[in-house]
Amino acid sequence: MALRTLITRKSPISTHLGFRGLQTFSLPDLPYDYGALEPAISGEIMQLHHQKHHQAYITNYNKALEQLDSAISKGDASTVVKLQSAIKFNGGGHVNHSIFWKNLAPVLEGGGEPPKASLGSAIDNHFGSLEALIQKMNAEGAALQGSGWVWLAVDKELKHLVVETTANQDPLVTKGPSLVPVIGIDVWEHAYYLQVFLSFSSYLNVSFLAQV
Amino acid sequence: MASTQGFSLSARSSNENVAAKIELKAPPYPLDALEPHMSRKTLEFHWGKHHRSYVDNLNKQIVGTELHGKTLEAIIVNTYNKGDLHPSFNNAAQVWNHDFFWESMKPGGGGVPNGELLELIKRDFGSFEEFEKEFKTAAATQFGSGWAWLVYKAQDNKLLVIKTPNAVNPLVLDYYPLLTVDVWEHAYYLDFQNRRPDYLSVFMENLVSWEAVSSRLQLAKAQAAQT
Repeated sequence: MALRTLITRKSPISTHLGFRGLQTFSLPDLPYDYGALEPAISGEIMQLHHQKHHQAYITNYNKALEQLDSAISKGDASTVVKLQSAIKFNGGGHVNHSIFWKNLAPVLEGGGEPPKASLGSAIDNHFGSLEALIQKMNAEGAALQGSGWVWLAVDKELKHLVVETTANQDPLVTKGPSLVPVIGIDVWEHAYYLQVFLSFSSYLNVSFLAQV
Repeated sequence: MASTQGFSLSARSSNENVAAKIELKAPPYPLDALEPHMSRKTLEFHWGKHHRSYVDNLNKQIVGTELHGKTLEAIIVNTYNKGDLHPSFNNAAQVWNHDFFWESMKPGGGGVPNGELLELIKRDFGSFEEFEKEFKTAAATQFGSGWAWLVYKAQDNKLLVIKTPNAVNPLVLDYYPLLTVDVWEHAYYLDFQNRRPDYLSVFMENLVSWEAVSSRLQLAKAQAAQT
């Protein structure tokens, strides 16, 4: 049973071992068609977001990792440090988007259904209700200046749910090592802009509900 | 320290007795005038919704506060607070940045400047092509939301290219801004989607108002000479 689970479990991060064993990354497939989340999120947005934006983060992350590998081998400390921002931007972009695709689901596969079981009761306990949580995440998303993400997370140390935001492509862990993402909403403009007739607050609503 | 407070093309800000409300200024051309390089639809959303929201939200934030009645530039410097941003900084700076952006473009723009501006660009960048490359690179590599700028640094009497995140602008960094390009995704997503480099090429080839940049340089040098 455990072995079958191991074989069939889909890793959100697709990897392969390159030259000299440096692990580089490739674009994970979406578990649904580009158009499967319509009308909430358009197929055009999904395709651009996945094939262009996420792919670009992966391409640039791999490039940065190769440069890092080379700098480490040469003992070039200043280049190693200089590469950190490219790694955070692009590696963070890859990590965050991999989570995002996995958490969205078409309506026919349960996307948009309210959460049940332990997640449902944890939300009620900590925020009062699902509606209150949605309102809080919407407010945080709308208030975010520039580009970033809104997260529902578990704080493993405090043992409860929290709402948090990160700037640009900073992964959630940069806000606290004990934070584990449950839901992430991409609030970079590329995530919703082509549906300009859809207001931003509607995007926040549908994106949240598609992920619970 | 050279002061860039009060530096603006905006007539409203040169008068200390300003109307209490910040107004939304229209671009100096109709919304379809930059087609096909920047679509009317982009201007309608970018100016009509984004820029307008910054103005409306700023006015809501400052009413009844000590910022009410101050010039836009004064609000920006005050709320920048040496990098420890007050909540209204983003709106204030974005109002100014967008005014400056519309005025940095014109129908039939682009190409190469002439006169003193071109001489200074050649002096400080090596050639116009090298300036253009540095400007486009800065704009392409500003991660997330932000702006790229050609600025005049009075202390060194030099032209520089800089990039800034989110709403930060040269006024708070003590440079005189001369030219800007908006690289928030909303600026180019309808026309170019993810292709920011294509947007930047079209901007340089077809949209830049070198007349505006030259005027700003003359004004900057005159102001710098007074301080």
